[in-house]
Amino acid sequence: MTQQEFNTVGKSVRRIDSFDKISGRAVYSVDVVVPGMAYAKLVPSPLPHALIKSIDASKARALPGVYAVLTAAELVNMETHYGSDKKDRPIVAMNKVRFQGEPVAAVAAVDLATAEAAAELVEVEYEELPAASDLTSALLPDAEPIHDSNYCHEYGYEWGDVDAAFAGCDRIFEDTFLFPMVYHYAMEPHTCVVSYEHDRIRTWTSAQHPFLVRAELARIFGMQLDQVQVVVPYVGGGYGSKSYTKIEPLVAALSREAGRPVRLAQSVEESMKTVRRHAARATIRTGVMNDGTFVARECLSYVDTGGYTDNGVRVTERISDRIVGPYIFDNVRVKSYGIYTNSTPAGSFRSIGGPQASWACESQTDIIAEALGIDPIQLRLKNLAKKGDEVRRGKRPLEGDLAPKLQMVLDKFGWDNYQREDPSPTVKRGIGFACNVTNSGASPTSTSLVRFHADGSSTVYIGTTEIGQGSRSVMAQIAAEELRIPLASIKVIGSDTDSVPYDRSTGSSRSTTLMGLAVQDAAVDVREQLLEIAAKHFETFADQIEAADGKATFKGESMTFGALIREMFGGSGGELMGRGYVTQNHASGRLTQDPVFWEVSIGAAEVEVDEDTGTVKLLRYVSASDPGKAINPKQVEGQDEGAAMQAIGHSMFEEMLFEDGQFLNPNLVDYRVPTFEDLPGEFETVLIEFGDGPGPYGSKGVGEGGIVCVAPAIANAIFNATGVRLRELPLTPERVWRAIEKSKQ
Amino acid sequence: MVQANEKITVAFNVNGGDVEIGVTPETALVDMLRDGLLLKGAKRSCDMQVCGACTVLVDGLPVSACTVPAFEVRGKSVTTIEGIAADDRMAGLTDAFIDNAAIQCGFCTPGMVLAAKSLLDCNPHPSEAEIKDYMRGNICRCTGYKKIVEAIQEAARKALQG
Repeated sequence: MTQQEFNTVGKSVRRIDSFDKISGRAVYSVDVVVPGMAYAKLVPSPLPHALIKSIDASKARALPGVYAVLTAAELVNMETHYGSDKKDRPIVAMNKVRFQGEPVAAVAAVDLATAEAAAELVEVEYEELPAASDLTSALLPDAEPIHDSNYCHEYGYEWGDVDAAFAGCDRIFEDTFLFPMVYHYAMEPHTCVVSYEHDRIRTWTSAQHPFLVRAELARIFGMQLDQVQVVVPYVGGGYGSKSYTKIEPLVAALSREAGRPVRLAQSVEESMKTVRRHAARATIRTGVMNDGTFVARECLSYVDTGGYTDNGVRVTERISDRIVGPYIFDNVRVKSYGIYTNSTPAGSFRSIGGPQASWACESQTDIIAEALGIDPIQLRLKNLAKKGDEVRRGKRPLEGDLAPKLQMVLDKFGWDNYQREDPSPTVKRGIGFACNVTNSGASPTSTSLVRFHADGSSTVYIGTTEIGQGSRSVMAQIAAEELRIPLASIKVIGSDTDSVPYDRSTGSSRSTTLMGLAVQDAAVDVREQLLEIAAKHFETFADQIEAADGKATFKGESMTFGALIREMFGGSGGELMGRGYVTQNHASGRLTQDPVFWEVSIGAAEVEVDEDTGTVKLLRYVSASDPGKAINPKQVEGQDEGAAMQAIGHSMFEEMLFEDGQFLNPNLVDYRVPTFEDLPGEFETVLIEFGDGPGPYGSKGVGEGGIVCVAPAIANAIFNATGVRLRELPLTPERVWRAIEKSKQ
Repeated sequence: MVQANEKITVAFNVNGGDVEIGVTPETALVDMLRDGLLLKGAKRSCDMQVCGACTVLVDGLPVSACTVPAFEVRGKSVTTIEGIAADDRMAGLTDAFIDNAAIQCGFCTPGMVLAAKSLLDCNPHPSEAEIKDYMRGNICRCTGYKKIVEAIQEAARKALQG
């Protein structure tokens, strides 16, 4: 199918959830009201690390209007712990607390005010332990172990003869880079309503992965999957913060205890004490030849996963997968460790490990270029992986050449013709560049159901969470395209595990590629059934029928799809059903290798640095989004712009601060996120559409790439402007000013 | 003196209709609207007047409903997103948000649209810098703001063309 033949694919059609959202009638988890529901309040630990000596909830239980208080003592006849890779997280703290804000108990009451009053009455006696709230203190030999030890996970890989290769290099560079703890700030804090009933659990929650939450609740409470319903209304932002299971087990256990539905709507502060991104310390050693040839690379990374593992296992692995960069090295040795600290548990955040890895490797690329006297772009092009290269040995080869993609960004930026104009001798301008490829963590397990009604309209069932990315619109576009009906004739039913078929998760830029294939297959299944019915009607073969505009046509004679269905069922109604199964062994043959696709990230920045104040102004940023085929171009741009803006936050000012385990800035005043005023003067996304993805119409995932390269591009631009190299984020005025002052000494 | 749990009656106009509702003295405007009147468009997020998700208009001017006591709107006119959505004259603004893909998760959208309406009411032809300055009290974590700026610019342009 050539591009011109598409009806809706490739067009920036209006989001199908537009009216719901612009009118305020879109229902989010915070809007859900279940008759008879009680209101919950958490009892957080004030200490970052302590043994729980005793809990006395009698005064709280005695307060009129209190239905239940959940403590570890109530976690009976059930599994007590949960977690995606390691089930190390107790539903409420058991025996000890591992971070400040960890729920020790939870109260359910007739209203929120009563729940809050009762939470104050829960008396907990602690025996304080030494706290380690950062990597350095948690790695000290005499650090108090947070779990059995402070090592959560280790990962590594190696190829070539690394030691021999380093010995033969002209130059060796070693640099260490620091990346801070940052918070997603999904504007809707984690919110969940659970009705625990004797033979079923009903859940309404702001979860990205409803089917994984269902499995976790079923396991914890010893139920079958069909007894657990997880409904995900519209989600007010996620970016990974609502991946896997978060507050659902606690609310379910509290509902069981209270004997009625319970609602927990967290505050921003409580959500900042629920999940964050991993802080990281990454050391890279790179051996090169004087002509710029990359020979050997050795990396050692530590990621701070906080008090519990959450997604720490995968993040530990992904930083190592992503730190080698988009370059060909014949000799690589990479190692990473996930470390427990007494701080908010760290989980998924848009491109897990990606920004941390790229901050290190793409900063160092420019350090090497400067030292060798080679243009940083030329150094990249010299070592860049090409189409078909195994950029990580044993993994899927790169789908497409990177060099032309880089050139598109450089052209848009006007890199080659850049004329530096410093506004004054102490206010300097400069440009910087960065690029990487990230192995998508997308697991190829998705299913879809398409119902085709007797009036020619269709309902598409997907387990993908509509979290703002526009998945429902994209799935409707794919279905409309394949069913040959107008977009307005499609309705998409989202995540309710009782009615939609299984989808593994919503994350890792996976939905358009994987759920997209499932919807495409389900729609094609329906279309083939329609053609068979039409062939019977017209007494010909299916391949003689033309299907378009909601009609089947044979030799100039047409019949609507709806009429064909009604005729088949012999009356006024009936419907067809199509199904799509996506597995690793999908018929396209494109999903057999890991990763399912490589996500491309490219960025170019121009900054203005005031050397007297350390203030950095981001004048221009050009990013790239490589969707293979943009099914809805404006939505693709929106994903990239949003990702890049989040990265501007972690590059310039976002940082969760801990002191002796106390979280110092758990609110939106003290933890600043980007506002309108942080929008760069020029902020562009280049869409790259080479049709080289494994998804429908050559598409592949986007949404993470934009966050990966902003920090190194900005730091490289600051170096270009001032000659000063920053190795720690965020690039606050104080940090930049100190670095400039130090360079003068 | 009013007791803590004693309800006071607040009579005001919301989206063009007069209402009377009993609230406790400490009830925030956002809770009265969401829980008392079931106008769920205004959202709670930061709870400290930073994010703008709870923005509604009181006598035409934007306020953070999370930090305004409900009784303060006595005798005043409150406009929520539900009122905008029902007002055909606002279609230019809401269409511009939709057509420019200025909506993603949608959680900030009601507050964002109301702030934009207020901006265009007092400054029908804002420059880009004026848009960024006026809108800085409304956070969007999804879009990166660019498409919202473009939506407001388009709404202003179309209003000018009539």
